[in-house]
Parts: sequence; C-alpha cells; structure tokens
Amino acid sequence: MEVAQQDVLTAPEKQTVTELSGSVALLEALLVEGVDTIFGYPGGAIMPIYDALYDYKEKLNHILVRHEQGGIHAGQGYARSSGKVGVVFATSGPGATNLVTGLADAQIDSTPLVCITGQVFAHLLGTDAFQETDVINITTPVTKWNYQVTDANEIPEAIAKAFYIARTGRPGPVLIDITKNAQIQKFDFKGYTPCNHIRSYRPKPIVRAQFIEQAAQVINEAKKPFILWGQGVLLGSAEQEFKTFVEKSGIPAAWTILGAGAIPTDHPQNVGMLGMHGNYGPNVLTNECDVLIAIGMRFDDRVTGRLDKYAKQAKVIHLDIDPAEIDKNVQTHVAVWGDCKETLPMLTELVEAKQHTEWLAKFDEFTRQEEEAVINAELNPQTGEMTMGEVVEQLNHLTNGDAVIVTDVGQHQMVGCRYAKFNNTRSNITSGGLGTMGFALPAAIGAKFGAQDKTVVAIIGDGGFQMTLQELGTIMQSGVDVKILILNNRFLGMVRQWQELFNERRYSFVDIQSPDFVQVAKGYGIAGKCIKERDELQSSLKEMLDHKGSFLLEVFVTKENNVFPMVPQGCSVSEIRLK
Amino acid sequence: MSTEINKNISSKVLPSGEDLGGAKQEYNITVYTENQIGLLNRIAIIFTRRKINIDSLNTSPSEIESIHRFNIVINETEDVVRKLARQIEKQVEVLKVYYHTNADIIWQEMALYKVPADIIAEKASVERLLRENGARAVVIRKDYIVFETTGHREETDNLINVLQPFGLIEFVRSARIAIIKDSDGFNRKLREFEKREPGEDVIENEYLNQRDKVFTM
Ligand SMILES: Cc1ncc(C[n+]2csc(CCOP(=O)(O)OP(=O)(O)O)c2C)c(N)n1
Repeated sequence: MEVAQQDVLTAPEKQTVTELSGSVALLEALLVEGVDTIFGYPGGAIMPIYDALYDYKEKLNHILVRHEQGGIHAGQGYARSSGKVGVVFATSGPGATNLVTGLADAQIDSTPLVCITGQVFAHLLGTDAFQETDVINITTPVTKWNYQVTDANEIPEAIAKAFYIARTGRPGPVLIDITKNAQIQKFDFKGYTPCNHIRSYRPKPIVRAQFIEQAAQVINEAKKPFILWGQGVLLGSAEQEFKTFVEKSGIPAAWTILGAGAIPTDHPQNVGMLGMHGNYGPNVLTNECDVLIAIGMRFDDRVTGRLDKYAKQAKVIHLDIDPAEIDKNVQTHVAVWGDCKETLPMLTELVEAKQHTEWLAKFDEFTRQEEEAVINAELNPQTGEMTMGEVVEQLNHLTNGDAVIVTDVGQHQMVGCRYAKFNNTRSNITSGGLGTMGFALPAAIGAKFGAQDKTVVAIIGDGGFQMTLQELGTIMQSGVDVKILILNNRFLGMVRQWQELFNERRYSFVDIQSPDFVQVAKGYGIAGKCIKERDELQSSLKEMLDHKGSFLLEVFVTKENNVFPMVPQGCSVSEIRLK
Repeated sequence: MSTEINKNISSKVLPSGEDLGGAKQEYNITVYTENQIGLLNRIAIIFTRRKINIDSLNTSPSEIESIHRFNIVINETEDVVRKLARQIEKQVEVLKVYYHTNADIIWQEMALYKVPADIIAEKASVERLLRENGARAVVIRKDYIVFETTGHREETDNLINVLQPFGLIEFVRSARIAIIKDSDGFNRKLREFEKREPGEDVIENEYLNQRDKVFTM
C-alpha cells in the first residue's frame, strides 16, 4: 500500500506503511470497489481528498464537471449505461446542496450512486461555520442511506457499506459526508474489505415457491394475460430470463419508459409503451386483460392514470424485489417477492408454453388505428415543417437502434421514448420518476463514460438544454464524444401542450428564447450545425454521427405539435385520446 | 404472530387483504431498530412526508443494548398503516416492524403532577385522592407534592381534573409504551439474534469540545 505525500495540515509525525490519511483510504477503497470514473467538483471542505486524488490520476479518471448537478446526473448516466455504481464528489455547503436534485432523481429511478461530500471540521459542526450545511438531514429523504464520518477510522467501513447498500436489492443513491479532519487524519489502515452483509438490511426478500406456483396457475388459466415490465428487469440483469418467460408464455408485453430495451422494440411480443403518452393498444387493453403480470415496475401514476378505473377486471400478479411496492398503488392478487432474476426462471418453468395469437392480434388492430390517427402524420408529415417524430425515425435508420439514447424532459422525451428503437438493454436513459429538465446533457456525458463503445445521442429540448448547458465545458475539457440533438420548437413544449389542451391556449410563460446554440457550442470548441429544412435532415444526422468527437445538431421542428396519444390527467388508461 | 427478527415481512405480521372498512382508528406501530444517529429522523419523515400526525412517539433502548424499540401511535386507516409499516421496514437500519390496534396490545402512559403541598393537605384528603385515582406520591416536600399515575389517557386525565382546582403547578405525560398481547418469546428471540449478530457501537462526534484548541482553514 502506498503512502500519500505528507499532508500539509497535519503535524509531521512518524509514519508506518499502514498509516494512511482518511482521503487516501477512501481512494484505496474506491479502487477495490472497481471504480474507474468519478464525476466531481472540488472545494475547501473536500480539498484533502482532491489532494490525494492528484496521486491517483492514473488509476481514477476524475471528470471535472461545471456544476454539481451536472456531476450527479453524469454519475447517474454512467450507472444506467454501465450497470455499475456511479461515484460523485462534491464539497460541503453549496456543493452538497447542488446534489439534491440528482439524489432525488436517482432515488426515484433506483439508480446506484455513492456520493462523497466534504464537510467542515467535526468540531465546527452545528456552528454555522463557513459552508457548513446539514447535509445529512437535507439528503435523508432522497437517499437510500446516508452517513456522516467524523473520524478517519470510520472511512473503510462506511464506504464498504455505502457500495453494498447502493448496488444491492433495489438500488439507490447513498451519501457519505466526511468532515475535513477525517480526510486529513492519519490512521492505522487495516486494509479494505467490501461489505456483503448488514444485519438489519435484507436486500432481497426470500422467494416463496408457493406464490410462484399460485402465479403460474393464474397465468395458465388466463385467456388474455398481459405483461407489464419496468426497470426492475434491467436492474436485476434479468433480460435473458425475462425474454425466455415472454417467449415461452406467448404473452404480449408492454413497457414503462424505464423498462425500454429489456427486449428489442421489434420483438413480436413487444406491444409498446405504457402510460400517459404510451401506445394506444397497451393502454386500452390494460382494462380488458384478465391477468396483469407486472414485473419490476411500480405502477407509477403516469402509467396507471386513475387508479379506481385501472385494470379492475384483472387478477394482478406483481413481481418485485421491494416488498413496499406490493399493494402500494394497485392491489395484487398474487405477490411474488424477490429478485426477478431468481423468480422469473421459476415461473417460466411452471408456465405452459402457449401462443396467444388472437389476443396479440387485438394489439395489432389498435396499432393500426394509432398509426392511422397519429403515427403516420408524425413520422411522414405532409407539412413543410419537421416533426420531432421524423427526426427520431431518421436517427433510427442511421443508428439501427443500437445507440444509447439519453432524453431530457418534455415532448421530445415522450417522442424519443415512443419512436426510438431500442435493440439493446441499458440504451434508454431518461429521468423517469422525477422528470428533471437539464438531466440529458450531463447524463449523456456519464453514459458515454459508462459505455464507451456505444454511440450516445442526447435528445434535448430547447428549454431543458438551457438548464445545464454549462456542461458543454465538461465535454470540451474531457473530450468525451456525445452527440447532442436539440429539437427546438421555441416553446416549453410539454407545458404549452397542456395549456393548449386544458387551459384554453393561455400560453403563460412558455414562449422561450434561445441563444444561437451552434455559436454557443462553437465557443466551447464543439462542432455544430442548425437545420430548418427536411432535405438536410438525413445528411446532417449522418454528419453528426460520423463526426469524430462531440457534435451539436439543432433541428427546428414544428412549433405547436402535440404528443399523442395522451391519457389526460384524471382519466383512466382506456380513455386515452388519439387527438 | 411471527416474532422472527428478519426483514421478510410475513403476511401474518403485516396482514394484507381484509379491509377494515377504511375507518381511522388508533394504531400502535412497534419498530425494532439499530441504535443509529439519524434514524429517528428517517422514520419521522415517513410520516411528515405524507402529512400524518404522530400522536405519540416513544423511543428507548430495548433490553438488548444495541437494539432500540420505537412505539409510534397514529390515527389512521389500516391500509395507510400497512403501507407506512412497509416503508419503515424498508429503511436499512430497521430490523422489524409490527402494527396493532389498541385491542391487540396492553399499553400504558405515565403522568406526573406537581401541586402545592399546603392546599392539598388543607383542602383535599390526600389519601382519598391517591386511592381513588390509583396514584402514588413520588415526592413530598413542604412546598409541593409530586404525584404519579400510570394508565390509559382517560385515567391520567382524571387526576388532572381533580387537581386543577387545587392549583396544579406542572403536569407532564410520557409517550405510550405497549406490550403486544400475542407476542411469543420476543425477548428470547432478540437475545438469540443479538448473540448471532452482535450490534455495533454508535460513533459520535468526539471533536465538538475541542473548538478552542484547533485552528483550521
Ligand atoms: C427542472 C424542471 N423544471 C420544470 C419542469 C416542468 N416542465 C416539464 S416539461 C417542460 C417543458 C420542456 O420544454 P423543452 O425543454 O423545450 O422541451 P419540449 O417539451 O419542448 O420538447 C417543463 C417546463 C421540469 N420537468 N423540470
């Protein structure tokens, strides 16, 4: 074990080889945990850690972001594209509070993160010291776990627990707040042992065979069974197990936006996207199926619409790793607690091989209606102006559905999720639960670090881009290759859509002006182009994708286009509107 | 009633299904936890986030050094209570959660009453007071007397009403503590559990008193 350089803030004392500062112990711990990339921003209270990092430059790739919110979204993008734990550093006070949005986002979307914040010296806690904030209490509701370290001796165990808690069971963000004295303090480092057990923590409930048997029986008796899957399939790395279950059972399956990509978009049993802007068939037929099999999804209100009119006719089977999700929103008939990587094969074993041909054909009929009423006009518009849908469709042709698509929040997000092709798992990265504008640009940076052999395309609205566009600086400095596709409708489009539909077109403060995005990118040394004409679309997208390094393509799209179908607020999923 | 200390909520412990008509009533939530700084807040915000008032909250060490026991009383429907219990049990440092109606438990609250000694001695028969209200004198001084009663809310309220006219000086009531009627061998199970997996010590901040001695930047 190597010893860091003499720390200037401690009195020189005799060192043995096992005497390390808290900061060096932290970095050693990260290496054992397999961390290769850290997103962060320094400051006074985390300076000892950054000082130690100077000697670890070769082993730990630190990406200097432009804002801590950018740092944590990058950590999320990294975690989502790689399946590993994202690591984020921030200083005390404003640095730490800037993480809150990302923590809330990661908490609701179950993203594994370990955030390390610096804190003022332990003897100053509670004194309103410079840049002291009560980070533990501020972040408690938005973390899976958090802990404050005031003594270097605590560091190895705290970090080990943090990684274990972040990545096991239902994953989530963990924050470790380390006081400055603990970072500096030398202590007898006895090595780092990863954690694999905490006595009060059971990451997964015990799988009970009798519930799997009950579920299989209900499925085998069903005439019109229907699978809804969510991100749990991806988080459990159960894509293969899921596919086998879907194919043997022959049951049509629809996805929540966080579940996209677990099986390819073109899979014959993939009947589309659920929820407010999902596809027509899966929404309407939710209220017609006789058995609903929910796998690793949590019946978010954006998926269910009105609960009292949601799938009342169906027996609900819910597979989830988090017991608190069972019956939280929708009452289940059979609850299958457990990791779906374990429960799905058990269920597949007991489920009869079938083909629900007629039932599947019903979905096709709805797809046909949706194509006629919505999709054709969106993907092949007869008007002069471009639509968001046709841009995404062109992108599909060029990327073959193999790109990682990162979306921001708004109309382009719904269009992106609806129309992008996802051939691969972990290829749709979006802020699902929190709906955080400003997520996409930094998340795309992180996603690229997490999946370096993939093309990463960030699809962003003109509004959301302006929330975190400072991260262009991070792209410039790190040289990361991210394709930025701005769909500019010169409006805060999604809010405008609601104002049009529900507030008599009272367009209150949604008319947003933007700078010349290409010039802005140019200022950061990033290539770019802006187009307004359809005949430039394909070649420009190709230019963007072929470009070596990052590229910003701004596409002017129709100003007042709406995303349909739509389940209006307060309506049931079967009341989904085609226009 | 399963008394196992594990986090696999059995359907017996947190019954699902039967609806108690959705009527609100008092529920007693019993939580076994690690002894950890910040956990009280983590548990409390599960209620505040939903804008639910906690009627009574008692937290104290259990008979096992490293394990704490919370008794939380709220007035809610069973459906809400069941969901809350699951959210509490989900916390990393929570070992086990149970919930019960008042009929399922034996509960007590303790109350202390401080009254001026002279009036009481003069105007009320202290002896009668004590006997009729099941009270006990804890301290008898020249200037004041402190009585104690233990019981249900109505019982402890009764003595307030009696003492108020005699110049009640101070009154305090404890949070509710409860014993679960159907619990079977809790203590034994807890001890076995602690033996199998001993708890960790709480690490507090040891530097708060050294402020003057340290110069930092
Ligand atoms: C941080 C944040 N603030 C506000 C909102 C509310 N909101 C949701 S969508 C939207 C409009 C997004 O506009 P734009 O980024 O231009 O995308 P578009 O809908 O036009 O595709 C707004 C303001 C949000 N989701 N996040």
